[in-house]
Amino acid sequence: MQVINHMRLTFDARPENESFARVAVSAFTVPMNPTMDVLSDVRTAISEAVTNAIVHAYGERGGEIELDAALREDGRLLLFVRDRGCGIADIARAMQPFFTTQPEKERSGMGFAVMQSFMDGIRVESVPGEGTTVYLEKQIRTQPPLPVNNRPRSEDIQ
Amino acid sequence: MLTHVKKKDVLLVRLQGELDQCTASGIRRDIDDMLQDPSVRHLVLDLRDMPFMDSSGIGVILGRYRMLCLRGGSVSLMRLTPQVRRIYDLSGMAQVIPVIEEREDEGCK
Repeated sequence: MQVINHMRLTFDARPENESFARVAVSAFTVPMNPTMDVLSDVRTAISEAVTNAIVHAYGERGGEIELDAALREDGRLLLFVRDRGCGIADIARAMQPFFTTQPEKERSGMGFAVMQSFMDGIRVESVPGEGTTVYLEKQIRTQPPLPVNNRPRSEDIQ
Repeated sequence: MLTHVKKKDVLLVRLQGELDQCTASGIRRDIDDMLQDPSVRHLVLDLRDMPFMDSSGIGVILGRYRMLCLRGGSVSLMRLTPQVRRIYDLSGMAQVIPVIEEREDEGCK
């Protein structure tokens, strides 16, 4: 399946970059004309994935997060969030709703549950000590986008 | 940013902006400052100006719920935006945190 658009970002694992990641992924997705609900789901899921990298993968020491986004010609959005942090020893346990390693910080343990229910696909790969990659998929639209030369031109609506 | 009004033992707080892990600590601190007042037993969060919340918000709300439970009080929400409603429904919070459906002329002005 052909990828029709791609974006790659690298940014510091800092809390203020949670909103940056949401805005960047939104802006990348909007040209596919998603519904408000779909866009909202994608924003929430990417927020959870990036927050996990900041809070759990790196913690106090910080590091870099890589974010890849790709739009496929079938209208599917693919997201990859990669860190080089501490990794997850037991992925199945980490993905259980309400599981958290930091209950004293009022973490809800719902990050992966949100990603799972708001997206159409999720896969997590992790090597303890080396890092984690979260793959997320969402069907943005069922119809392929209009070819560029078929879109209304600005002079058509003046 | 938040505004609040207190009536008897009910504190109504209108939250503004996005609630994620980055903003959670500030919002938590601001609410907890107001909860220092021991006469407050019930907290109502007006969320009409909160377009976005992720699972960090679940932690903030349930944390305040635990605090007020110790006083025999409660936490309720009102005026959820669509995205916040999705998180609310998914979280299972509804079992302990009700949503107040109110008339247009009520709420935190």
